[in-house]
Amino acid sequence: MNYEPVIGLEVHVELNTKSKMFCRCSADYFGKEPNTHTCPVCLGLPGALPYINKAAIEACMKIGLALNCSINEVSRFERKNYFYPDLAKGYQISQYRWPLCINGYLILDNGQKIRINRVHQEEDTGKLTHRDSETLIDFNRSGVPLVEIVTEPDFRDVQSVRDYAKKLQQLFRYLGVSNADMERGDMRLEANVSVRLVGQEELPNYRVELKNINSFRFMAVAIEYEIKRQIGAIKAGEKLSQETRGWNADKKCTYLQRSKEEANDYRYFPEPDLPEMKVDRLQATVDSIKAKMPELPWEKKERFQKEFKLSISQTAILTESKELADFFEDTVKHGQGHDVNGVQVANHIINKKINIKEVLPTQVIEELRGKKVGIIEDERELEKLAKQAMEENQKSVEDYKSGKVVALQAIIGGVMKLSSGKADTSKLKSILERLLTYA
Amino acid sequence: MSDITKLTLIETIEALEKKEFSEEELNKAYFERITKLNPKLNAYLEIEKNSCGIPAAIKDVISTKGIKTTAGSKILSNYIPQYNATVIDKLSEQNISIIGKTNCDEFAMGGSGENSAYGPTKNPWDLNKITGGSSSGSAAAVAADLCVFSLGSDTGGSIRQPASLCGVVGLKPTYGRVSRYGLFHMASSFDSIGPITKSVEDAALVLDWISGADGHDSNCFLKASPRRAARGRLAKIGVPKEYFAEGLDPKVKIVIEQAIKKLEELGAEIIEISLPHSQYALAAYYIIVPSEVSSNMGRFDGIRFGSERGDFGPEVQRRIMLGTYALSAGYYDEYYVKAAKVRTLIKQDFEKAFTECDVIVGPVSPTTAWNLGEKIDDPLKMYLSDICTISANLAGIPGLSVPCGFSDGLPVGLQILGKQWDEETILDVGEAYEQATDWKKEKPKI
Repeated sequence: MNYEPVIGLEVHVELNTKSKMFCRCSADYFGKEPNTHTCPVCLGLPGALPYINKAAIEACMKIGLALNCSINEVSRFERKNYFYPDLAKGYQISQYRWPLCINGYLILDNGQKIRINRVHQEEDTGKLTHRDSETLIDFNRSGVPLVEIVTEPDFRDVQSVRDYAKKLQQLFRYLGVSNADMERGDMRLEANVSVRLVGQEELPNYRVELKNINSFRFMAVAIEYEIKRQIGAIKAGEKLSQETRGWNADKKCTYLQRSKEEANDYRYFPEPDLPEMKVDRLQATVDSIKAKMPELPWEKKERFQKEFKLSISQTAILTESKELADFFEDTVKHGQGHDVNGVQVANHIINKKINIKEVLPTQVIEELRGKKVGIIEDERELEKLAKQAMEENQKSVEDYKSGKVVALQAIIGGVMKLSSGKADTSKLKSILERLLTYA
Repeated sequence: MSDITKLTLIETIEALEKKEFSEEELNKAYFERITKLNPKLNAYLEIEKNSCGIPAAIKDVISTKGIKTTAGSKILSNYIPQYNATVIDKLSEQNISIIGKTNCDEFAMGGSGENSAYGPTKNPWDLNKITGGSSSGSAAAVAADLCVFSLGSDTGGSIRQPASLCGVVGLKPTYGRVSRYGLFHMASSFDSIGPITKSVEDAALVLDWISGADGHDSNCFLKASPRRAARGRLAKIGVPKEYFAEGLDPKVKIVIEQAIKKLEELGAEIIEISLPHSQYALAAYYIIVPSEVSSNMGRFDGIRFGSERGDFGPEVQRRIMLGTYALSAGYYDEYYVKAAKVRTLIKQDFEKAFTECDVIVGPVSPTTAWNLGEKIDDPLKMYLSDICTISANLAGIPGLSVPCGFSDGLPVGLQILGKQWDEETILDVGEAYEQATDWKKEKPKI
C-alpha cells in the first residue's frame, strides 16, 4: 500500500513597519538593548489600550491582495488567551474567526495551485532568554506586527512546500513589507503534516504540527522525517493523533512537544478594546494598495520571458530579487541604441556574476560594447589561440578525450585568458571541438 | 470661610476668580476635613497634600503617575503606575489637582463597596450603611465634602448607583465619549469614566474637560463633547414599565413617582414606554462582563508585577471562573454568543424607545443603601441591585443620577437615560429638575 503526505503550511512574517502593532514604540528591536523599546501598551500595564497601526494593516492587505485573497467584509481583532511569561497581557491580540484577508491562492513553479485559507494580522510576544537557572524577559519584541499566512492542506511533496515558502519570502521582499530573514526570526514556518493512502479522498483525522523550524533546509528534512515516521507508525499498526512536535537539528529527528490532551483552549473572543474593521470603510485603502501594487515576482518572470526572450532559468535568476531585476531592466534600457539586447545583458550579468552593488548599468553596457568592438572573429587567429590553450591545458585535453565534455570549458577559459576575453565564444567552441576530435 | 468645602465646582472656580480664598486655603480646608472624617468613612486609600489646584478625588482604578494605584486589590498593594490616564492629563490642564485616590470594590467589581481589600466605605448619611459601588469612595467623598468633585467608573452602574445612594450627582457618559486609556480594565466594552459631583452643572463641566479622542482609545473617536446650547429645555420623557416592576422598594417607588410628577409640572410630556428585553439584561451582563474580566485579569499572573493570584478577592475569582467557563471551547456559542445577541436586542429596545421619547427616567437603585454585610454572602441578591443600571452599559448609552429625595432618611436618585452621544439632553433635564428642587442643599450630618 502506498501512502502520500498531506501538508499545510503556516508562515509568520514580522513586518518592518516603523512602529509596533498597537503602540508608538519603535518596531526595530533587533540587537537593541533589552526593554528599551517599551511603553505601557506593549508592557501590558493595567489600563493601557491597543491602538491600531494603519501601516501594518496596509502591509497585511498588500500581502493578502498579492496572494489573490479577498478582503473580508467584516474583520476584527480577537484575543487569544493563554499564560506565558513572554505574553505581557495574558492574551495575544490576533485574528481567528474574522481574518482580514481570505480565500487566496499561489501558483507554484510546477503549476500547482496552493489555496490560501487566510492572511491575518497579529502581534509578536516578548522574548525569553534562559541563563543558568534564571530566565530573562525582553519586551522589545512585544507587540511587533506579525502577519500569518495559512494554506489549505494542499501540498503533496516537500519540494512544493519549499518552493512555496521561498516564493513567499521573495514576495515579502518585493512588497517591501519585511526583510523575511529566517535566521533573525523575521519569517517562521510551521508545517501541519499527516499521511493517507494514495487514492483516499478525505483528509486524515489527525495532523502533526511541526514547530521551531528556522530554515528552509530544516523544514524540508523535518517534514521528510515526519512523513517517514508517520508511515512507519501506521504500518506498525499505531494510531496517530493530533500533536505538536519540534525539530531537533542535532539529532535530526522530531520530538513530541505537546499532545492533544495538553492543547490549550485559547478562549478566543472579539477584542473589546478595538472596533471592527469593515471593508466599505477600508475600500479607499484597498483601491490605493491595488493601484500601487508593484509588479509581483511571478509576473515579472513571465514578462521577462516574453519581452526579452530569456530562458526560464535566466528569468528565475534575474527576478530572484527586485533589485537585480531592476538592475537588469535598467541595463537593457541603457543598451538600446548601442545594439545590445536583453539576452546579451542577461548572459553578461549572470555569467560574470555582476555585483550590482558595485557596478552601474552603464558600465555593464560599456563592457559589452567594448567586447563587441574588439572581438576576435578571425578563424585563423582563433585556431592559433586554441592550439596554444590546448598546449597549456594538456590535462583537460586528455579528460575531454576520455569523455569528460565539461573539460572543454577549461580550455575555452584558457583561450579567453590569452585573448583578454575577446574571443568569439560560439566560433571558438566549434573550432575547439573540431581540433579536439582530430587531435 | 468655614464652608469652602460645601461649594460646588462652579462656585469654587468663581470664588477663586473673585479671590474670596486662595488655592492654598482651598486645599487646606479639604485636607483638614479629610483628616477629620476619612477615618470614619474610609473613602480614601491614599491622600495627597497639595497647595494649589482645585482638589478632585480619583477612583483607585485610574492610573496616576507616581501615586499608588491599588484598584482596591491586595494584588496591587504596592503598585505605582509609570503613566497617567488620559483623564488625569486632561484634568491637570484645567488646574485640577489630585487630593487622593478613592476606595472602591476590587477592580470595580461590586455594587456595595464591600469588595475592597481595604475595607468598605461607610455611607456619610448613615455609617452603618453601604455607599453602593463600585465607586464607593468617590461618591462618599463628594457627599461628605471631602473633595470638590471626583471621578468614578461605571461598568454596570458603578457611578450612578453609589451617587444615588449617597445623594450626589453621578454621570455615566456614552461609551467611547471619554478615553479609557489608563482605566484599569474590568469589562472593556462596558467601562466608562465619568464625574461624581455636587451639581448637574458641575458634571457637565467635568464631562467637557475629560471627553474627546486621545489617540489611545480606539473606541473613543469623537473629538470633543458638544457644548451645551439649550439650558433647562424639557423633553418628552419615557417611563419604562419594566423599571417599576417587582423588587422595587415601594417607598423608593413613591419618591421616584413624585420626581416624575415634578418633571411633568415643569412642562415635560410623560409617556409610558417599554423596554421588553430588560428581563434578560442581567443574564447577558453576567456572561459578557465576566468573559471580558477573565481575559483582562490574565496579566496579573504574579510574574511581572503584583502578587500571587490567590490574593484576588472572592468576587474577582468568581468572575474569572465564570468568564473562563463561558469562553471555553464548546460553551462559547451557548453563552458568549447568545449573550452578545441579547445585548443587540437591548440596544434595539433603546433605539426604538428613543423614537418615542428624548430621555428615559426611572430609579437608579431599587432600594436605598442597605446595611453593611447584608448581601455580602448572596452574590445573586447583590447582582439584582444593578438591575436598573446595567442596561445602559449593555447599550452604551449615557445615564445620569440626580438626587430626588429621601426614604427613611436615606437618599434616592433619579436616573435619566439618554440617546447615544446625547449627554446634553439628560443634563438639561437633570439641571431643570435640580433647580426646581432643594435636594442639592441637603447635606449628611457627620
